[in-house]
Amino acid sequence: MTVIQKKAVNPIAHLSAEDIEIIGKELDAIRDRVLADRGERDARYIRKVVKTQRTLEMSSRAVLLFSLFPPAWIVGTAGLTVAKILENMEIGHNVLHGQWDWMRDPKIHSTTWEWDHVSPADQWKQSHNELHHRYTNVVGKDNDLGYGIMRVDEDQPWHPMHLGQPLWNLINAMFFEYGIAAYDMELGDHLKQRKLKDPKFRAKARAVGRKIRRQVLKDYVVHPLLSGPSFLTTLAATFTANLLRNVWSHSVIMCGHFPNGVETFEKTSIEGETRGEWYLRQMLGSANISGSRLLHIMTGNLSYQIEHHLFPDLPSNRYQEIAPQVRALFDRYGLHYTTGPLPKQVASAWWKVIRLSLPNRNDSRQPVAPAPLVSSGTA
Amino acid sequence: MTTTASRRPQKVTFRDRLLRLAGTVTTPVLPDDYLDLIAPLRAGAPLRGRIVAVRPETRDAATLVIQPGRAWQGHLPGQYIRLGVDVDGVRQWRAYSVTSAPDAPDGRISVTVKAIPDGKVSNHLVRRLRPGTLIHLDQAQGDFVLPSATPERVLFLTAGSGITPVMGMLRSGLADRADVVLVHSAPTRDDVIFGTELRALADRGALRLVERHTDTDGLLDVAELAALVPDHLDREAWACGPIGMLDAAEGYWSSNGLVERLHTERFRPTVITPGEGGTVTFTGAGVTVESDGATTLLDAGENAGVLMPSGCRMGICFGCVVPLRQGAVRDLRNGDVTTAVPGDGVLVQTCVSAAAGTCDIDL
Repeated sequence: MTVIQKKAVNPIAHLSAEDIEIIGKELDAIRDRVLADRGERDARYIRKVVKTQRTLEMSSRAVLLFSLFPPAWIVGTAGLTVAKILENMEIGHNVLHGQWDWMRDPKIHSTTWEWDHVSPADQWKQSHNELHHRYTNVVGKDNDLGYGIMRVDEDQPWHPMHLGQPLWNLINAMFFEYGIAAYDMELGDHLKQRKLKDPKFRAKARAVGRKIRRQVLKDYVVHPLLSGPSFLTTLAATFTANLLRNVWSHSVIMCGHFPNGVETFEKTSIEGETRGEWYLRQMLGSANISGSRLLHIMTGNLSYQIEHHLFPDLPSNRYQEIAPQVRALFDRYGLHYTTGPLPKQVASAWWKVIRLSLPNRNDSRQPVAPAPLVSSGTA
Repeated sequence: MTTTASRRPQKVTFRDRLLRLAGTVTTPVLPDDYLDLIAPLRAGAPLRGRIVAVRPETRDAATLVIQPGRAWQGHLPGQYIRLGVDVDGVRQWRAYSVTSAPDAPDGRISVTVKAIPDGKVSNHLVRRLRPGTLIHLDQAQGDFVLPSATPERVLFLTAGSGITPVMGMLRSGLADRADVVLVHSAPTRDDVIFGTELRALADRGALRLVERHTDTDGLLDVAELAALVPDHLDREAWACGPIGMLDAAEGYWSSNGLVERLHTERFRPTVITPGEGGTVTFTGAGVTVESDGATTLLDAGENAGVLMPSGCRMGICFGCVVPLRQGAVRDLRNGDVTTAVPGDGVLVQTCVSAAAGTCDIDL
């Protein structure tokens, strides 16, 4: 295991292989307790969120029909922004994780859901659920580490292109959904390797094209047209809502794995990884955001990133409930539970993006040899 | 071409256009998803119903009065409906015979449910369901119905909740059109579902009712019919009840060479008892394999050459879910068993599920 800040201390040196497996068992037990109790209350929760979101979205769009009047513009834009954030974060992300599949409701199911986002649900599910959640923070395997355009870990090699990464990150934040779509279809790799004619890639690109067309038609053509004389102001309102939603989700997601205190891992460290080691990687590779209940809902409970990475398929409303148990487990085993308020975590993540736009200061020296995930000298 | 013929498609196109336009505003969800919030029973919506009343019939049976949505196409007496209800947050589907007569003036229908011991859904419906609840429905189906030409003499052989499809037939006025004998078994007099109504029909001479109270008189042997209903073999017969009774009746009518006179309804066709491993059929691929209780369905399918969708192979990405059409599977992570009866299509994660009995996978 390597440590982002080249800390000399291996944060799990004090754990034996047995300890790690016991941690795994304890986490399994937390999961089983939630599953045993999961039921009507949870179903009521997600249906209420979906209903609230849809009501808010349609009423905000109705108000925006009169967006020529500044108060209507402000109220409508604010409402639409919140609705879009709820739709992407607490609903879309979590439904696509299969968190609500257990309800067997075909209307709220990972296999049927499509979200208000330019990346088609099936492409996002593949890159996010299958790759990012499986290979969390493994340098070279988890492309969420910098999304292939940024350097967010000392162990990622520096390239002059990285000098511009504070700017790339800002642009990515503003148009985040397009960044995600490009990322999900692996646009960068295909450009680099000149494989744009690969039939699989072309099928994906066509699907993204169709999705973008539908999304743009809705937000920038149909809705403004319906607003008649308020055409331009509604256009500005939907653009603003999308922009704010993008910046918000980008900030929340940056806080998940980039802030100080989060560990990254070597490719070789996950060979033959046990269940306990997988759990441990999720524990050390994620960071939470502290805050109010409203903040947690607006982040789609990704403010409980640690709990989410441990149990990606548990209903999001449960993360808050199990967080004290998870944290107690960290404390008992002397592990660092990374958390902090949103501004602090966002600043920490941005500082890293800025700092790592330059080569490592100690680049003349050889990188510190990474420790194996399980320390060998265990008592 | 006449003008009327060309006007109709135009109308449809206009409605379609309107829906498509609405769809461009609501994308990625459908206009229907918004309409469902305000008018879930409207025309054009998937068939649903609202519970109007829950009326106790016996100590363990209740009648659910349902206002079906506008999409309801009606039923024939004796048919059943599949009904989807959320129990502990999970959508569960079960089939129940319609016990009301067709074409009620208020458009309502009813089904009558008997709570079976440990029955998750039946107990919920009988004891916990509240008026106002929205439920999901399928159109009526089933061929346990009277022929269009009503037979002159009819025999019904029922037990327990097997009375329910027959009640649908009686309430549609059959007793006024035919000579009806009903032989019904229940543990006690009080356990006879619709007891009061049946006895009233019998009292006014509309049918002959033979009640068998099995707690005191023991189970009915089919051979006893000869004494109870001497002309039973001359009657067109409908039987509904436990599998043992139906098997006995079919054997009896066959041995008399009259099996075409007997119509049966196996209203609880499949009882799934989970075990370890089992025969897995991938219905689309036409592949059947024997799988043990430790092999995941994903491995079993791939080893047999089935093109299985897959992803993380550790239960987190949901890239491998496929419908379990019937059978039982066990989640290898915690031992939870998921069962499906025909018509269900429960989506299961194949990478962490193993067969827990015979399974049909829709792939």
